[in-house]
Amino acid sequence: MPYHKIPNWTPEQGLEVLTFGLGGETFALEAGIVREILDVMPLTQVPGADEMAAAVINFRGRIVPHADLRVSFGMDRHSTTADSRIIVIELELDGNPTLIGLAADRVNEVTVLHALDAEEPPVIGIRWPREHIRCLVRREGDVVVLPDLPHLFARLTGNSAEPATLH
Amino acid sequence: MSEDPTAAFRIEAGELLEQVEQGLLDLRDNLSDMGLVNAVFRGLHTLKGSGAMFGFDALAGFTHHCETAFDRVRKGDVRATPDLVDVILSAGDHMRALVEGDAPEATGQAILSRLAAAVDAAAGGGSAPAPAPAAPAKKGWKLSFRLPADAMANGTNPLALLDELRALGETTIVARTDAVPPLADLVPNHCLIGWDCTLIGDISHDAIEDVFLFVMDDMEITIEPLAVEDAGADADPVAQVAVEAAVAAPVAANDQQDRRAATRTQGEHVRVPAERLDELMDRVGELVIAQSRLSQLAHHGNDLSLRSVSEEIERLAGEMRDTMMVLRMVPVSTLFGRFRRLILDLANETGKAIELVTEGETTEVDKTVIERLFDPLVHIIRNSCDHGLEKAEDRIAAGKPASGLIRLSAHQAGGEVLITITDDGRGIDRERVRAKAEANGLIQPGQVVSEDELLGMIFHPGFSTAAQVTNLSGRGVGMDVVKRTIESLRGSIDVKSVAGQGSTITLRIPLTLAIIEGLLVRVGEGRYVIPLAAVEECLELSLEEDLRSRGRSIITLRERLIPFLRLRDLFVTGTKPDTYQKIVVVGTGAERVGLVVDQIIGNHQTVIKAMSPLHRNVASFAGATILGDGSVALILDIAQLVALGQPREERRIAAA
Repeated sequence: MPYHKIPNWTPEQGLEVLTFGLGGETFALEAGIVREILDVMPLTQVPGADEMAAAVINFRGRIVPHADLRVSFGMDRHSTTADSRIIVIELELDGNPTLIGLAADRVNEVTVLHALDAEEPPVIGIRWPREHIRCLVRREGDVVVLPDLPHLFARLTGNSAEPATLH
Repeated sequence: MSEDPTAAFRIEAGELLEQVEQGLLDLRDNLSDMGLVNAVFRGLHTLKGSGAMFGFDALAGFTHHCETAFDRVRKGDVRATPDLVDVILSAGDHMRALVEGDAPEATGQAILSRLAAAVDAAAGGGSAPAPAPAAPAKKGWKLSFRLPADAMANGTNPLALLDELRALGETTIVARTDAVPPLADLVPNHCLIGWDCTLIGDISHDAIEDVFLFVMDDMEITIEPLAVEDAGADADPVAQVAVEAAVAAPVAANDQQDRRAATRTQGEHVRVPAERLDELMDRVGELVIAQSRLSQLAHHGNDLSLRSVSEEIERLAGEMRDTMMVLRMVPVSTLFGRFRRLILDLANETGKAIELVTEGETTEVDKTVIERLFDPLVHIIRNSCDHGLEKAEDRIAAGKPASGLIRLSAHQAGGEVLITITDDGRGIDRERVRAKAEANGLIQPGQVVSEDELLGMIFHPGFSTAAQVTNLSGRGVGMDVVKRTIESLRGSIDVKSVAGQGSTITLRIPLTLAIIEGLLVRVGEGRYVIPLAAVEECLELSLEEDLRSRGRSIITLRERLIPFLRLRDLFVTGTKPDTYQKIVVVGTGAERVGLVVDQIIGNHQTVIKAMSPLHRNVASFAGATILGDGSVALILDIAQLVALGQPREERRIAAA
């Protein structure tokens, strides 16, 4: 069952998540990894960095990369609106807890997802690479996407990744 | 600060071993200094005691043998010899391994048998007073002792000690009450009585010491064998003891004063994990940023009281940052001290006599810098000893003293600390460097290179001028690694060498890695910081000159051609150049490179922040910093940037 991919998610126990909108889709993150939700602030571009994490922000005196999942999911980038936010999450990358600011068009709510509603991403019918997604969850007639963040970001930290060059 | 007592013991043991090693090294230079012998003995004794307490039984057992050997030295039973000191030094290494828990048993056995041999040799060669104390020991001992005043508060029961003494044999105990003050001044729970005891019987010295095992370090005690007539006559032990006490007292008092002074300074130190300091540093950095925003607000408004509060906070934040900086500084003596042992080992390995002179040990440097300097310095010193210093006979033939000199010195100059390593050896052989450089294709045969450039060749990877590879050099860490480490500390390295007179290697290291003095520039819409230490000068690049130089990207500066990089192109800003662009000339080693920027904003001093692991692959930036308005500016990594730009410039020239 797809919910096995997520630690501590059993049919008896729901998964507490934060849902947010991005590029017309609804994504969900485990609530436990969310550190803070920030208003949009000025970004500092990092020339030569991967497009997915092309900028940094000042998060309480720390330099935190600003990542845009729209790049990995091949979505168009819209300009920021009054609803835009930055969700600061903490991920374990290469054994080190790493802070990342994720762009969001809008932050919805904290809710509970049920394991039995989870589905493997279908082989056809979605336009994104399947390995970017851990699972899809049916919810209120809509579909919530649980992205595979460690996989998405491991590409940037791993030594196997090709060194980014200046264009 | 760890909760794990074993970890705490490891740290304590490390410090004790460090003290013991320094004591041994001092002792090696001055074999008759009983103060040093006692200090070493005390260190070993404490190590044994706390090792046993924390369950390091192998360590306690092993240390016991060394302690026993030193105890004999202390009693004049065995002379301190260089051999004995050397064995104990290597025993110290083994103890370190035992503390870490990965010590092969055989090594320990080998050291112990060497120890036994060294002790025998030293005892045999001595004036052999060994039997002398043994004979009267049969008769008995005379001891006088005084416990520290707070002994009872620390859980020692003097009566129990006296009972234990009584259990050893026939005992006469006389209390000394000379230190008891008038009743009004008396602190009831202080132990102010001293005791003089005479013990009759066949009692070993160790048995008496064992009674005081746990209070030994803080108390005054003298134990002397009872002279034969005393034991027989027993006439006036008190008078005898009184004289004894009068002689012993001042020494003991001094000793105790020293020790008290030592504990007092120790009491003022607090051990704090470096990460906590880093966290505090981060908070202080944030405070400084928040404060500068507050001060902007205050200056825009007309509220006088707000402005005065803002100024107050500005002062406090500034002071706090300065204090914070000082917290992380440690004297370089902690670094230099570790090389005394290295020099001794090198001298033994190479068979050369080597003397180490250190200067400026009180110069203070950021702790992280100190830690990262250790390996490069080891390498440089090894090189100097191995390649630089000649054998004694060659030195005498050259009219130099037989023993070679290595001088380590440190001093502060502005925001940098200069560490120089000087040897008085043969100097770097330029011909050999040249031959090697030609063989490696670094220079063409017959090519004219400057002195500095030639000596700089030794920093190229895979470069070794040693005719033969010895145990000391050729370990796979070359001078190129040294250079890279120093550059990663934002420092620089410089070599001077005079044939026949020796070489000097100078390291220039910033005092701290946490703060950077930088030049704030604008490229397109982004703001960047160029480390000020790398900046040589700033020029203007006019639009027409810019257009004219499209094809070649080289300017002439004081008869030197200097390539330049357009950061706007490199960073793909997609903006139009300013009318009056600036060139910031930066130096990386011998190379000068111009960086074209749109605007020079000014000097900027700030706290350096590491880049996130997600940007590890972006080599152009050494870190980032937060500007007064809370936005982020990236710090350029000059060496990397030039390397990154170089092939690109070549490509363009090739294409043009």
